[in-house]
This record gives sequence, structure tokens and C-alpha cells, in this order.
Amino acid sequence: MARSLSFFVLLLFVLHVSSESTGEVAEQLEGEEFTEELLLRPLPDRKVLSHFHFESKVPPTNSYGHHHRIFPKAIYQLVHKYRIKEMELSFTQGRWNYDSWGGFDPIASSNAKPPGVELWAVFDVPPDQVDASWKNLTHTLSGLFCASINFLESSTAYCAPDWSFSSRSGNLRYGSLPREAVCTENLTPWLKLLPCRDKAGLSLLMDRPSIYNGFYHSQRLHLTSDEFDPVALHGIVLEQTLTIVLQPDALDTRASFSSSRKLQPSWSMSSLFGKMVDGKCALAKSSNVYVQIEGSLVHNMKDTWNNIEGYDGEIAQEVPYEGFGSNSNFKFSIAPDRVMKETNSFHKDGYSVLYGFAINHYHGSKPFDLGFWWNLPVTWSCVKAPLRVSRFLMGSGNEKGAIALSLQSTEWSQSILKAGKNEEKCNLRVDVFQVVPWYIKVYYHTTKIFVDGMPQALEDIIEKMSVSPSEDKVSPGVMELILRLPCDMKSASLTLEFDKGFLHIDEYPPDANQGFDIPSAIISYPDFQTRLQYKEDNASIQSPMVSKMQERRTVLSYTEVLLVPLTTPDFSMPYNVITITCTVFALYFGSLLNALRRRVNEEERLLKSKDKRTGKLQLLLSKFLSKVRGKPWEPPSSTPPSSSSKFISSKVILKILLVAAIAFGWRYYDG
Amino acid sequence: MASTPETEDQKPKHRPIIRIGLLLIAHSFLFSVVCCTAGIVALLLLPVLSKKTYVSENALMPGSASPMITDQDVSGANRFMNELTSLKLKSQRAGIEIPRLIALHMANLGGEVSYHKFQNHPNKFHPLHFFTSPDTEANHVNKTCESHATNTVGIIRAPRGDGKEAIVLVTPYNPVNLSQNEALSLGIAYSAFSLLTQVSWLAKDIIWLAADSRYGQYNSVAAWLKDYHTPSFGDFGKLHGDGCHKSSDVPESKLDMIIETEVSDTLRRAGTMAAALVIKVANPGDEGEQDALNIYAEASNGQMPNLDLINVVSYLAVHGQGLHVQVEKVVSLLDSKWLKFIGEVFETVGKIARSLNPQWKFGIPVKEYVEGSATLVSSLYNQALGVPTGSHGAFRDYQVDAITMEISPKISYTSKNRQTQFLVRGGRLIEGVTRSVNNLLEKFHQSFFLYLLTSSNKFVSVGVYMIAFLLLVAPLPVLAASLYSDANQSNLESEKNKPLKSWRWLYPTKTVFLIHLWGAIVSLLPYFIYQIPDSQPTSRLLIWASLSLFLLTVLGSFSGSRSVQWTLLKSVTVSAAFIGLCLMSVINFATAELGALLLVPVCLMVKPWRVAGKIHSALNLVLVIIGFPGAAFFVVKSAFGFQNGSSLVEFWYWVESLWAWNSATYIYICMVHLPCWVLCIYILLHPC
Repeated sequence: MARSLSFFVLLLFVLHVSSESTGEVAEQLEGEEFTEELLLRPLPDRKVLSHFHFESKVPPTNSYGHHHRIFPKAIYQLVHKYRIKEMELSFTQGRWNYDSWGGFDPIASSNAKPPGVELWAVFDVPPDQVDASWKNLTHTLSGLFCASINFLESSTAYCAPDWSFSSRSGNLRYGSLPREAVCTENLTPWLKLLPCRDKAGLSLLMDRPSIYNGFYHSQRLHLTSDEFDPVALHGIVLEQTLTIVLQPDALDTRASFSSSRKLQPSWSMSSLFGKMVDGKCALAKSSNVYVQIEGSLVHNMKDTWNNIEGYDGEIAQEVPYEGFGSNSNFKFSIAPDRVMKETNSFHKDGYSVLYGFAINHYHGSKPFDLGFWWNLPVTWSCVKAPLRVSRFLMGSGNEKGAIALSLQSTEWSQSILKAGKNEEKCNLRVDVFQVVPWYIKVYYHTTKIFVDGMPQALEDIIEKMSVSPSEDKVSPGVMELILRLPCDMKSASLTLEFDKGFLHIDEYPPDANQGFDIPSAIISYPDFQTRLQYKEDNASIQSPMVSKMQERRTVLSYTEVLLVPLTTPDFSMPYNVITITCTVFALYFGSLLNALRRRVNEEERLLKSKDKRTGKLQLLLSKFLSKVRGKPWEPPSSTPPSSSSKFISSKVILKILLVAAIAFGWRYYDG
Repeated sequence: MASTPETEDQKPKHRPIIRIGLLLIAHSFLFSVVCCTAGIVALLLLPVLSKKTYVSENALMPGSASPMITDQDVSGANRFMNELTSLKLKSQRAGIEIPRLIALHMANLGGEVSYHKFQNHPNKFHPLHFFTSPDTEANHVNKTCESHATNTVGIIRAPRGDGKEAIVLVTPYNPVNLSQNEALSLGIAYSAFSLLTQVSWLAKDIIWLAADSRYGQYNSVAAWLKDYHTPSFGDFGKLHGDGCHKSSDVPESKLDMIIETEVSDTLRRAGTMAAALVIKVANPGDEGEQDALNIYAEASNGQMPNLDLINVVSYLAVHGQGLHVQVEKVVSLLDSKWLKFIGEVFETVGKIARSLNPQWKFGIPVKEYVEGSATLVSSLYNQALGVPTGSHGAFRDYQVDAITMEISPKISYTSKNRQTQFLVRGGRLIEGVTRSVNNLLEKFHQSFFLYLLTSSNKFVSVGVYMIAFLLLVAPLPVLAASLYSDANQSNLESEKNKPLKSWRWLYPTKTVFLIHLWGAIVSLLPYFIYQIPDSQPTSRLLIWASLSLFLLTVLGSFSGSRSVQWTLLKSVTVSAAFIGLCLMSVINFATAELGALLLVPVCLMVKPWRVAGKIHSALNLVLVIIGFPGAAFFVVKSAFGFQNGSSLVEFWYWVESLWAWNSATYIYICMVHLPCWVLCIYILLHPC
């Protein structure tokens, strides 16, 4: 007790000291690291991408021990309890626009996520315990992030991809919840994992109204650990990113009277987020802001600049970034601390440029507010994914339908592939990974592939295919495909037919009439590696985010979520059900009782004794009955009783009418 | 003697329900008369029994937000309209230029634009394609380049939505001959679209379909929907590979250069459709002092959109924009004497009822009754016909709720100011409806799908109007049973010793079956008649009639040898009619209702003229004549004063429209109504 107390005091002291002396924090923490970075990038459709990147590292336990100063305890415990090797959790609202925001660069490939929640994890446990670990993990995460991730617990919601999703072994589980609404209640626990929360540093910018007012919002948590390897080197690395696409309001008034719509809106951090940075998070090893200018934009700017060269002959440099002073297409309100340019561009003519701003020397009285001002209108387009992918449903009605995946070549991929290998017949490898819930019963044998409108034999196109059909109420259907598409194709489509299943009444969600979701499919292009290799003039870059960008990774894209209307029972009318059930019960029990109670002979005796009595009603009844019964077997005698009964009944009707008339008259004159 | 104990055993075993049945059968005549009269009275009572509509789905919240359309949107729409009309005046090639202009404006607003090129496939009679989607066949043989048309589709992606659902706005226009009204409707859609690109509350994507209606409004929308839902991938190469486009694309315009990069030729999609609104502008109406909004909702085979959609539109139009909302009605009924008389009767009955008990809110004013029934008749007729009343019908085939909103201005808009005002109104209405539908989490399911409208804010639900139908058909089985038992009894007397006496109904059943088979063949005949080239409608009709008659005689010779007892025949006929009507009531209730109105009296009354009295047989004759589909058509036409004179050609076109639209009414007429009518004539002429 006393020891822990003394440790706590020590910790407080350390924290205090560390906040006092910001410079030496990283050295003092000996191994535990936290960095915060923000990347801003103007997008072609007048929007701005902001990408926050926070990274916390802790060295392996066997060399560092169990006690941490920066690294979140919740994550550490999570990793140890469920023996997680790697895990990624993302909360996304909105759709990434692959056409205008790009689909090829590292940020799009790793941060464009499907709407809702997506979770995958690799466990370091024996294969038979993976499912149990996954279930516990979903519950823990659900508590940790205030989201219904626990719905991924049921075996119908997650799957174990064989090979396509990632190259890792069979200990990976993947699940997604397309319908999960993402809001600030998910962001707050995510921020809690940061050492400074949103009280200092770059996370101060996360003003909830402005970041949730964007066009895309994706918060991601990615952790890797080699804690359980025999030789642990890295420990646990927790990477937290928040990717937002915001529409800046035009800052300057010039835009209004410059007639062209093409002048991009200028922006500053305060206009985007409504907040400014007071300085770095004291616990952060480094705290940087980057502005990325895409290669095609650099290229186009050079063009425009060359066009206006006559107007201002001073600038005609070959090196792009030297041209960007205050007299270029755009300018910064603060001079960049460093400029990095890309070294391995796919574009022959455009090199993407990264401007770095260190915020170490800003503080409360001198906040950091980066402004970005456009001087000249310029248009450009992002680097698109090799293929434009869209997935849609075909057919109508509640019985069956088809899922279609349409792949269309973009001009970019055409040029790349043509330039690459002209002589031999070239192929474009496309990996498809798709999970379909069990109530969409996909018939995988109906797979059809069309290339440029021509049906193709499956074996010509599909290189590898593994399918695990869905099992009703047990597991979803998983399809993994490797397609080899000819490079010169314009479009390809893949269709799969399905039948819509029926759910049990208590399996329907509360808003069953909305329809049911098919989660996004993942399309990846292993032939293409996205990698932006940046190089500063003198030194290598010590930034986790930039080094992430320099990693080789496969180009990935997600398709749309599909909404399948299924047959739904009429939930809104339980009354009808109750009524019908009661009627059926009443009929059943009534007839049963009747049959049990009845004794034929006794009844006849009773009838006979009744006949002897001469009540008027009885007389009427018996005559009525005799008429009804007598008719089929005593035709001659049927006429007189019927006439007599008619006579009597008409008399009765007359009486009833009389009574009714009296009542009517009484009401009429009384009222 | 051996039979007595047996019958004594049987005697007490009759259950009350059987006794009641037997009683009804014994009094079938009285029962029939009472039920039929009650059925007709119930039908006439429908306008009185109609209820006020109410928005049933709470999520819709119509009118809860104030409209956001600004002057900027509307002035943009004005500019857009001016460009459209000037382009029409200036250019000969408006058919190509106008879609481009629309695409340019959509793209400038921030929509994702694509062209949808399609070929016109005129509706053809496919006898085996009733109730199936007509797209399974892929052998469109003669693809001529001339019949190309281009829809322009703009999509707004909801900023924070997940893109699973979409709302569709449709503006049909004819690019070859753009009228002022079409330009106005495009303007309204433009102003709404312009606003919707900026708002942040969108949860569903918005699709604006500027439908090229040079080959018909319905066709363009149907073609787009077909490619949206069931694209045929095999066609892709053909459509784009051949030289059709080259010829049309040769004269490049400068518009094309601007938007070249942004417009794609491949169809863009936006998820499952939640609702669709077809926006039209009609010519200025002469009546009323307000701008009016006409709502058309009937889709094929009497399917209706969810009542909530109509409620939202009419609520917003009345309370938001002060429009006068109308539903189509039969104008000639408005001053019919007998309807007024019935209305007066109901009104007085209602008054008396109210004086008896003030709680009884029964009876409505005569004027309301007459208008209600005029609307009801139109609603019933349109549903029964099974032909959609506009391009919204194409959506219903894909289970999308859709209506046509036709706004007709009070006076024609020549002045700029009035036009702007009109655009503001229209735009706000569209905005409001879009916003309501956008609020909807689930698809439309709360309110009614089966209903008849008696005015824009009154409806009769299925629970009420099915009473009339049930009362009308109820006598049929009773009559059949009573006829059968009568026939059996008379047989018992005459031929007691004959074996298999209970199988006697087989012979009339054979006759009835043959006649129904004939009806099925008659329904298929037009397909073969269409194979005869260059024939006039009149001659086609005559060929059809004569072929049918010929077939009837051939089939008659099959069955003719054995004379059947007319009571048995009538009994079987009546049962067949009952089954047919009940089946039809499942498919299209309105058809069954109208069919029952025509068929039931004939079936009940018909008797061989030798047996029946003079008056009876004269009445029968009249009923039988009216019962013939063609005769009924002309009688209805003349009674309700639908336009055009009566001619055979018109009848032919009417039938043609039925099968062109895959209306189940055609099947009903040929396979239920016509055979029953022939059987009735057969009974009438029966030589006892």
C-alpha cells in the first residue's frame, strides 16, 4: 500500500517535472514515446483533408516492466488479456469519395474506411481459442468506446478470412457494423487514450461541432504488439488517427468578385476548426503539422506559373518548391520549417511536396494558426485507384436479387499499365473480399463475369477463389477472389445471385423496415504499392506519420454498403395477431367442449320432451329445426312447415319492426 | 325402411352453422336480393364513409422545418430556364444541346452527373409475360440509331450519409420540342437541387433524373429504372461499340468541352430508392383563384403508393405553399342528377340520424358527396384499368413509392416576377417533401397501400370498400349451392336408379371449362393478329372477333352433343364466376369490384327464356347486353361522358392499352368475364 502510494507520488512528481521542462521529456521517459502530427491537404473539390496522427509506443514488458507513464493502461491490459498481435478499429461517418479525394495515396488506402464500425484483430492464441478471445474483445471494446461493437460477438457477424484480407495466419477475425452511428460519444473515449486528451497539443483542434460537420469523419485505432514473441523488439505501438474532410468557408473576399469558381477557398486552422493550437502537448516527443501538396497540383501550378511567366519573368525554377514563396499560387501565413519532396513519384512530371511546421515554440499567448491562401486559380485531380469500383443490387421484389460489382478502368491505370509492360499480355490483379450476412443467401455458383460487355469463362478471369457459404443463423458467407483482368479492358462486372431469407420474428432489429445491410466489400490491388518516399534536403525525417507513408502497402478500397429490403412481418399490428389467435383458440376450445359434452341419445330425448312442451319460442325453434332437417329426406312435407315458418317469422319480423318504430319515434320526438 | 335409423342419426348432427347455411340456401333468392342491394348501397355510401387522411408515420414530420430555398437558388433557376429557352430558339440541334446544358448546370451545382442513353422499346404485347418482368428477353433485333434518347442524371451524395438510400426527382421534358411548362418544371427541380447540394441535413442521396421524354414520359423513366435495377451487361458493348453515337457526336459543342471531364457515360447509382417525385407543370387552369396541384398516384394494376406520401405532399402543398390540391375526378359526374339525388337522400338520412343522436356524425353535404363520388369513380376506374396514370407508375414496378405532382399555375406566367414566385413555391414544396422523406428511417410502411381517394385529404381504406365487394359476391356461392341441391332433388325423383348420380355436375363443368379455355385462347389471339402486317385497328378487331366466334363454334361442337340441365350449368357458371372474382380481388381489387358490379346481376338473374317470364327474360337480355365488355365500355363512356365518340377503333385502342401495360384487367376480361358472359347467353338460350 505504502509502496504504491509512494509510486503514485513519484509519478505525479515525474509528470509535474515533465510538464515543466518540455524539452527533455522524451529522454526522461526512456522508451515510452508519444508523437502528435497533423496533415492538411487541399482537395480538388474545394475541400480540405485533415489527418491527425497520434502514436504512442511502449517498449516490451520484459525489458520495461508493467508501469507506464504515457501509454494508456486500458490498451495495455487489452493487449495482454486477449493476447492481441494486431488490431484495427475504425469508426466512420460518411463516405470517402474515391473519385475526387484520391484512392491511391497511403492516406486513402489506410484511412478510407467503410461507414460504421470495422474491426479486425489478430490473436496470438491457439486456433481454438481465437473465437472466445474475439468475443471477449468485442465486449471490452464496446465498453471502452461506448459503441455496440458487442454485436460483432455473434458468429453471424464476423468471419475468419482465409488469405485475402491480409497475409496473416488464421488467427484473424474480421467484422463490421455498417449501421453503427458514430458521434462524439465515441470520440471522447478515443481521446482519453491520448496523454493530453484534448486539453493541449494538436487535439485541441477537435472542436466537436466543426469536426462532425465535415463530409467524412473516420477515427481509427490501430495497434501492433510483439509482446508475445520470444524476442520482443518494439513492444506495443498504438496508432490513433482521425481523418476529416472539411469544407472551408472562403476566408478572403476576393473569391466573391473573382468571377471564376475555380479559385479554391483559402483556409486557416482557425477557420477550419474554429480553434487554434496553443502549443504542443507537453508529453509529446514531437508535434508537427504538415501540409501536403499533391504531385498533380504541383505540376499544374508549374504550368500556370509558366503561362504567366511573361507577366512576371522572375520565376522559372525547375525545382518546384523553391518557386513557392509568397509570390506563388499559394502562400502560408507562417513560413514552413522544412520542405520535403517526393522522390519516387508515379507521375513523371509532378512531385508531391510536404511542408513541415514544428509547433514547439508556440504557446498560449502566441497560438499556432496556420493559414493557407490561394493566389491563382488552379485545378487538379487526385491520383485515383486503379479501378473505379461500385457495387450495387440488381433485381426487385422480396424474393431474390443479385449483387453486382462493377469495375471500371480509370484513365490513370490505363496509362500506368501501358507504360509498364507493353509487349506481353498484361494482367491486373484485383482481390475481392466480401462478407454477406446469412439471410442473403448467395448462390456462389451463379457467379458471372463480364469484361467489356462480353461474358467470360470464370477460369479465364478468376485465379483463385475461396468461398465459405453461409450457414443459416450460424455464420455469414465469405467470398475471397483473386481476379486477373486484362489491362486494356474498359469495364468488368461480376454478378452473384441471391435469395432473400426469412428471419425469425425476434431476429429483426427495431427498424426492420429499413432493410438489411450488406457490409462493404474490400477491393485491393496487390500489383500496386502505395508509397510516398519523401526526402528532406539534408536529413532523414523523424516522423512516424511520414514513415507510415513511406511504408509499402497495398492499395485498398471499400465499396458501398448495400441495403437489401427483406420481407418483414407487420409489427405494427399485434392487435390483429391477438385477435386471430383468440378466435382460433375460442373456436378450438368451443368445438372441443361441444364434442365432449354432447351425448347423442340424451339430446334426442331432451328434444322429444321439448317438443311436447308448447312454449311459443320452443314451437318456433322446433319448427325451424324440423324444417331445416326435414328438407333433405322428406320433400313433400317440407313445403307446409316452410310456409308456416315463413308466416311465423314474418309475424316476428312485424313485431320487431313495430318495436323498432316505437323506439325510433320515441327518440325522434323526445330528442 | 333401413334408411330411417340412419337419417335419425343424421338429424341431430347438424351444427348450427350448417343449419344457417341450409337456411340461406333455402332462401337464396331473398338472400341474393338483400346482399346485392346492400352491396350497391355500400358502394354508393363509400364517399360518406371516407375518413380524413392523417400522416401516420411520425418520422415524416412534414412542415416542421422552415423552407430554406433562397433567392440565389431561384435566380439560378431563372437563369437556367432562360438559357434553356434561348437554346431552343437558337439552335436546331436542341435535342442534343439541351441534355448537355442540363448536365453542365447539374455539374456546376456540385452534382455527380452521368448520361443515360437508351433506346426506345415500344410497349408490345407479350402474352406470356403477364406478371413477370418484361426484361428477360434480350433479342431486341432492330436497333436503329434514330431511336436513341439521353436522360441526364445528377446525383447529390449526402455529405454524411452512408449512401444506402436515395430520393428521386424526375422532370420529364422533350428536348426536341421543349415547351414552356417543361422548362418551368426543370426550373423547379433546379432550384430544389441547388438548395439540396448545400444543405447538411441530407441522409439520403438525391437523384435528379431529367428524363428525355421524346419517346414518351413513361418509357424514358422505365428505361432508366430498368438499367438501374437490372442492367444487362451483355448490352454494354453493343450500345457503345456500334457507330450510333459517332454520327450524333460529330458536331461537338463548346458545352461538351467544359463538362467533358465531369460527365460519365456509365450509369451512376445511389442505393435503394426510398421515394420518387415526378414534377410536372400543367397549363394554367381556368378554375380557382389559387395555383393548383394535381396528384396522380395510380400505378400499374391498381397499385398505389403509400398513403403517407400523398398525405405529406398534400399537407405541405396546402399548409406550406397555399396550393389547391386536387385529385383527378370525372368531371361529367359533377352535375349528374341522380348522383345529386342520392346525395340528398344520404344528407337527409344523416340529418335525421343526427337529430336522433348528435353523436352520429353521419352524412355529408350534397356537393361534397357528388365531388367525392366523382373522385372515387375516377380513382376506381384508374385502378381497375391497371394502366399507370403517369411516369410514376414505372417506379411502383420496383416497389418504390412514387407520385406525379402536376402544378398548374393560376394564370400563365409571362412576367418575370410571377415566374420567380412560382419557382419559389414549387421549389419549396419539393424541398419540404424531400426533407420529410429524408427524415424517414424506414421505408414507407406505416400507412395504407390499399385505398381509394375521395378527395385529396379523404380516403376509403380497404377495410371499408371490401364490404361492398363481399356483399356483391356473397350470393354467388349460395345461389350455386341452392341450384345444385334443386337439381339434385329433381333428379332424385326422375332417375333414382341411375348410378353415379352425384357425378352429374361433371358435364356442365366440362362445358364451363371449355368456355374458359376458349377465353384463354381469345386472350392470346392478339399476339397472332399482330403478326399480320399493315392492318387497320378496325380490321384487327374484326379479325379478333370472327376468330373468337369461329373458335367458339369449334369448341361448341366438342361439347354440344350432350344437353345439360340448365340449373346445373348455371350453378357451375356461378361458382366459376365467384372463383374468378375472388382471385381477381387479390390481384386488383378495383377491377374485381367493377367486374362484380357487372357480372353478379347477370349471373344471378339469368334463366332460360322458355322458363322465365317475359319481363324477366327482357331484363335478362338487357343485363346480358350490358355485360358484354365492349357494350359495357360504350355504356360507361356515354354515361360518364369520357371524351371522343364511340367507335370500334377506340375500343381497340383501349384494349391495346390494356395489354400494352400488362394490365391484369385484360386477363380478367378474357378469362373470367367473357366466358361467364358467353355461358350466361348459353343459359339464356337454353332449350330446356
